[in-house]
Amino acid sequence: MTGPFWSAMARVPDLLASHVLLAASALLAGLAISLPLAIWSARNAHVARLSLGFASLVQTIPSLALLALFYPLLLSLSALVGGGIPALGFLPSLLALALYALLPILRNAVTGLLGLDPAIVEAADGVGMTSWQKLRLVEAPLVAPVLMAGIRTAAVWTIGAATLSTTVGQPSLGDLIFAGLQTQNWALVLAGCVAAALLALIVDALLGLIERGIKARRRWQVWTGAGLLLAGIALALAPLWPSAGGGRTVTIGAKNFSEQYILARVIGHRLEAAGYHVRYREGLGSAVIYQALASGDIDVYVDYSGTLWTNQMGHDDTPSRPEIIAGVADWARRTSSVRVLGALGFENAYAFAMRGDVAKRRHIATLADLALQAPQLTLGSDLEFLDRPEWRAVRDAYGLRFADTQRFTPSFMYRALASGRADVISAFSSDGRIAAQHLAVLRDPKGAIPGYDAILMLSPAHADDARMAAALKPLIGAIPVETMRQANYLVDRDVDKQSPDQAATWLERRLDQPIRPRPSSSITNSVSATNANITSTHIRQKAEKRRS
Amino acid sequence: MPAPSSANGPSLAFEAVTKRYDGGTMAVDHVSAEIDAGSFIALVGSSGSGKSTLLKTINRLVEPSEGRVLIAGEPVASTEPHRLRRSIGYVFQNIGLFPHMTVAENIAIALRLDGERETADRVADLLDLVDLPREFAGRMPDALSGGQQQRVGVARALAARPGLMLMDEPFGALDPVTRDQLGAAFRRLHDRLGLTTIMVTHDMAEALLLADRVLVMQAGRLVADATPRALLAGEGGEEADALVAVPRAQADRLRALEGRA
Repeated sequence: MTGPFWSAMARVPDLLASHVLLAASALLAGLAISLPLAIWSARNAHVARLSLGFASLVQTIPSLALLALFYPLLLSLSALVGGGIPALGFLPSLLALALYALLPILRNAVTGLLGLDPAIVEAADGVGMTSWQKLRLVEAPLVAPVLMAGIRTAAVWTIGAATLSTTVGQPSLGDLIFAGLQTQNWALVLAGCVAAALLALIVDALLGLIERGIKARRRWQVWTGAGLLLAGIALALAPLWPSAGGGRTVTIGAKNFSEQYILARVIGHRLEAAGYHVRYREGLGSAVIYQALASGDIDVYVDYSGTLWTNQMGHDDTPSRPEIIAGVADWARRTSSVRVLGALGFENAYAFAMRGDVAKRRHIATLADLALQAPQLTLGSDLEFLDRPEWRAVRDAYGLRFADTQRFTPSFMYRALASGRADVISAFSSDGRIAAQHLAVLRDPKGAIPGYDAILMLSPAHADDARMAAALKPLIGAIPVETMRQANYLVDRDVDKQSPDQAATWLERRLDQPIRPRPSSSITNSVSATNANITSTHIRQKAEKRRS
Repeated sequence: MPAPSSANGPSLAFEAVTKRYDGGTMAVDHVSAEIDAGSFIALVGSSGSGKSTLLKTINRLVEPSEGRVLIAGEPVASTEPHRLRRSIGYVFQNIGLFPHMTVAENIAIALRLDGERETADRVADLLDLVDLPREFAGRMPDALSGGQQQRVGVARALAARPGLMLMDEPFGALDPVTRDQLGAAFRRLHDRLGLTTIMVTHDMAEALLLADRVLVMQAGRLVADATPRALLAGEGGEEADALVAVPRAQADRLRALEGRA
């Protein structure tokens, strides 16, 4: 595991820098809010009840949900003031984490202030201190150690929770963890966890040094701790300067599964070659990603025609694939000036899949066959399918009623099918595991599931960007479903996993070759061809290891 | 507030001073009294009689609901609380030394508030004044005994050369021997510096032995106002007699014990 782990660690520095900046900003914002509030609370019991009550309430909201809540909040706020407030990325992460940091700081500061020996406060008044002198000369130095303990807690929480900011499109060490979880790349998960944990430990140790320095009245200790913390933040700021001067930064969005990660890298490589500075916002939820594009938080991403057709546009009919693409393109341009550059050439539709042997034994080949036996079967779905209109359409068209339904992350969904925990899953038609696991995809004779052509979308700001269009045009109609399946499988398979970036490079090499049209029945063949490939690389690597 | 070290303390007057709390409790009920410059007054009463509250109306730690307090003819309400307090020494039972400051920093705090930087000589003088070794200057308060801490408390109160000293049960938490020593030592300082001192105590014996004049409070009202001699002669009235009876009875019993031995 050391090889993949160290290559995953190579992605750490950039992400660590933005993680540090986010956590430090959130902690400072939390301090800026909670310190005045704490002083006010210590002087007024009513304010204390309200502020501590509010901070505790915030703490009961799961941090993931708190981050997610800021998206619609900022979106409507932005609409209210006529736009300009980013609803994704740094701002919502900062606000959510700052709120999260409030409680430990506020609680310790108020407890410290209220717990001061009344005799000391009386003496401070008695010798004629003003309210400000009392705060500066007596209360602050005496409360500082307790306050520092609160700041330490807040810092550790903030650094941990900042990994979740990935979900609202803010790069952080969470990118590694989420991408690793989705693609079952444990080296990535481990790299993200180790980096975040080390960061938290170091920051906690430095704050602890300051805390002990204050208690023991050793100034050098306080300054050493503070100096090292500031140096760390300055170091994290360093990567910002060149890119701030660099200008044309393009943000590429991706949802949270392998195909999206791979396509984002393919797009990124092309734009870099065309002279753009590229940034990735990965792991965005399918519900927010289109809004993110429309509001310019991301500049380009790949979506699926049926997803927009049913979820964003609210249709429940299923016309032909070209009609859906045309409808989506027209709607996107009209309503939000988003440009659909074109379809990539493959479809990633929802497909009901069963284990081949089970389907054969139960004589199930179509969704209509499935409906008859559904009451004895368990449906495994991804996290969102059961809430989507596509599921309602299929369910109502065939009268599907399952004994049980269970939700999984996509990778675990395939494992659940293999292990028998689920009998049917809502698979994706471009997924390499369908062929690799010998799954039977059930036919949809009533045409209840719309077409899901992968389409390349550009933000309003880049809708007329000829250079970008020229750089990405070669991808239009260029990716056959077999190629996409193989690329996905490179990332999704259990043995000899590739990173999305490696899979993207593999895919690009394939695109450069002339595309030979294949009969659609050759899916299994093409995947076993990939398998043969895997075996040969495997052997080569073993040989290399032996040599070294 | 630069003043000669032998400053004469100011006179003091209470004019119908009343403190009523929100619940309707009368802590102080229309108290009026004139106090001569340079006198040592003991304010005596049982717990809850309102003596501490009355004392704190002088340095505005408590604002009266009605009536007013005058120092040298000047209403205290006409000076900002923190300025007023810097001209008045305040010593109280729980001492309240700042635990994060050295003895010297504690003593010099009032000077520092007034912007003085060179305080080392003054601190040394003050340590001499309260009979503490000069090398105590660099120690932290928690390294001192209770009696030593209260000596520092007295030095801190005297640092800005106030004419008026307010003492709220100053020696109440000390052992009897230390308490007696400190009481006598402070009385000598009072005379030497020409202070006006008002000392709250629930101990009539201490009041009789230290003060020039004893005011007795009960349920927020002033019920007796007399010299120690007059009180011992039974001229203070019923309530004062009851308080004087306690130390007197103790003295009698001690004498009886001695006689038997």
